[in-house]
Amino acid sequence: MSATASSRIDFGRSVQVVRRFGGRLSGRLDRLSIFICLVLAALSIGVAALSLASGKYPIALVDVLAAFAGLGDEQVRMIVVEWRLPRVALAFLLGGVLAMSGAIFQSLTRNPLGSPDIIGFSAGSHTGALVVILLLSGGYYETATGALIGGILTAMAVYLLAYRRGVQGFRLIVVGIGVAAMLSAFNAWMIREADLQIAISAAIWGAGSLNGLGFEQLVPVAIVLCIAGPLTLLLSRPMRQLEMGDDAARASGVTAARTRLLLMVLGVALTAIVTAAAGPISFIALAAPQIAKRLTRSAGVALISSALTGGLLLLAADWAAQHAFGAQLPVGVMTVSIGGVYFIWLLIREGRK
Amino acid sequence: MTNFEFESGRLRAENVTLRYDERTISENLSIAIPDGSFTVIVGPNACGKSTLLRALSRLLSPSAGQVILDGRSISDLASKDVARCLGLLPQSAVAPEGITVADLIARGRYPHQSFFRQWSTADEEAIIDAMGATRVTDLSGRLVDELSGGQRQRVWISMVLAQETPILLLDEPTTFLDIAHQIELMDLLADLNGQGRTIVAVLHDLNHACRYASNLIAMKGGAIIAEGKPSAIVTERLVEDVFGLPSVIIQDPVSNTPLIVPRGRQTLDAAAPQVTPLDTSRRPGMEQHRD
Repeated sequence: MSATASSRIDFGRSVQVVRRFGGRLSGRLDRLSIFICLVLAALSIGVAALSLASGKYPIALVDVLAAFAGLGDEQVRMIVVEWRLPRVALAFLLGGVLAMSGAIFQSLTRNPLGSPDIIGFSAGSHTGALVVILLLSGGYYETATGALIGGILTAMAVYLLAYRRGVQGFRLIVVGIGVAAMLSAFNAWMIREADLQIAISAAIWGAGSLNGLGFEQLVPVAIVLCIAGPLTLLLSRPMRQLEMGDDAARASGVTAARTRLLLMVLGVALTAIVTAAAGPISFIALAAPQIAKRLTRSAGVALISSALTGGLLLLAADWAAQHAFGAQLPVGVMTVSIGGVYFIWLLIREGRK
Repeated sequence: MTNFEFESGRLRAENVTLRYDERTISENLSIAIPDGSFTVIVGPNACGKSTLLRALSRLLSPSAGQVILDGRSISDLASKDVARCLGLLPQSAVAPEGITVADLIARGRYPHQSFFRQWSTADEEAIIDAMGATRVTDLSGRLVDELSGGQRQRVWISMVLAQETPILLLDEPTTFLDIAHQIELMDLLADLNGQGRTIVAVLHDLNHACRYASNLIAMKGGAIIAEGKPSAIVTERLVEDVFGLPSVIIQDPVSNTPLIVPRGRQTLDAAAPQVTPLDTSRRPGMEQHRD
C-alpha cells in the first residue's frame, strides 16, 4: 500500500490520501487548502519580518535575519528579538486565536454572522473591563481579569437566554445581538459618567491595542493556545458533522449537545484570552474564517486556514496601525476598518446573487 | 407475518412513552421492526410517526419504556456503536455551503473513523459502493447546491448508505420530489431492501406505501392502529379510521397491491366510475387490526 496517493473518488478538487503505519494513521488532505495555508504562512513570515524591521529605529531585513542567527550587533539583536518579536508573535497568535474562535461560532450557528464579536462576548468583556477601570481603578491585570469574567458571564447569559430544548444557532445570534446592544449602551453610559482622565484610559482600552504588550503577555496567551488549540482540532470532525444539523450529526454518532457545549466553552475561552490581553479587537473573528473559506473553497469553515488568515490579518493590521499613518494607532481601529471593507465586499457579493 | 418474525426484530420499542416537554405524543407503544422488511409508517399529520422514528433512531429518549437494539437498550449503547448499526436520513439535514457530492457522502463514514484513522481503504470502498448504488458517481465532483431536488435526495441517501448500516431509517424521503423522482427513489429503496437491508420509512403517500412496503404500520393519535402486509390490512374502514377519508380500494393494476382512491365530494353518485373493490371480507390478517 502506498503511503500517499490520489483518491479513486472524484471530490471535485484535488485530494491526497495519506496512509501510514499499516493504515493506523490515515487522512485525506486537500491540496488547495495545503497550498493556501503555505502561502498564508509565507506571507505571515514576510509581514512579521517587515514589522521587525520597521520602527523608530529602522533595521535592514538582512540585519533582522542576522539577529535571529545570533550574528550581528548586540543592540540590534535586543531590539529585534527582545523588544519587537514578542509583539509580532502576539499579533500573529492573537489573530489566529480570534479567527479560530470565530470559526467555531460560525460553524455552530451555521451563519457567517455568528462570530463572538457579533453575539455579545466582546461587549461583555468590555463591560467587565470598564467596571474594573472605572469603579475599582484597576491596572492591566485587574482589567484583564475583569474582561475575562465579563466575557464569560455574558456568554453564559446568552447561552441560557437562547436555551430552549437545546441551543439553536439562529436564536443564539439574535439573543446575542440583543445582549450586545444592551451592553454597548451600558458601556457608553459608564464612560459618560466617569471622570475625563479615567474615561480616556477606558476608551483607549476599548479600542483594542497591542501597544506596550510584550513577553509578559505572550506567555499566558501561548499557554491557553497550547491547551485550547489541540482540543479544538480534536473536535473539528464532530464540529463538521454538526454543520449538517443536529439530527444528521447525532445519527452519525456525534453526541451533539456535549460537543456543542465543549466547542462553545473553547470558543469563549479563546476570545476571552485575546480580550483580556489586548482589549476588544473586532472583526478578525468575523472576517478571517470567511476569507479563508473563500480562498480554500472549503465546505463550511476550516480551522487551520482560518487561524492562519487571522494571524496574517492581525499582523498586517498591527503593522499598518504602527507605521502607516505616522502616529501609532490602536490596532482595533485598523481591524474595524478591515471589517468595514469586508462588509461592503460581502454586501456587493450577496447583492449580485 | 408470523409471531416468530415479530420476536426476531433487531430493532423494537417496548412500551415506550414519547414526550416533547409536557406534551405526550405516544403512550405505552410497542413495535418490532421485522428484520429484512421494508417497513413503512403512515398516518395523518401529527399522528406521531416521525416521533416514533426519532425514538427508534435514538434521537428522542422515551420517558418510559425502552427501545431495544440487538437485545440491549439503545440508550445504553455508545453513539458510534448505534451509528454503525442504524442509519437515519432526517428531514432536517442541511448540506454545508460549498460542499461537493463526494465530500458530503464521505461524512457518512464518521462512525467508522477516528482522529487518527480518517480515511481508510474501507472508507473509500464504502463511498464508491454507495455512490454506485444511488447512481450519483457521475455527480461526485459537483457542488450539492447545484443539484436538482431528486439528485440531492439521492446524494443524501448515498451518505446514509456509506454509513454501511444493516438498518436504514428515513423520514419522509420523497417529500418535495416530483412523481417520477418519487417512484425512482422508492425503487431505489426497494433495491436496497432486496440486498438485505432493513428499511423503515415514514411516508405520506398511502399508495406508495401499499406498493412498496412489506410491512405497513398505520398510526393515529400516537397509537398504532394496524400493522402487517398492506394487502392484509388496508381496507376502506382502516383508511376511514386513520385518515377520516372515505375511499374506494381497488387493485393496483401494476403491482396487484391495494390502491386507495379517495372519494372527494365532487365524485359522488351518478358520475362515479365503475370500480371493482377488492374483496377484503375473507382475507387473513384482519385479526391484526388492533382497533
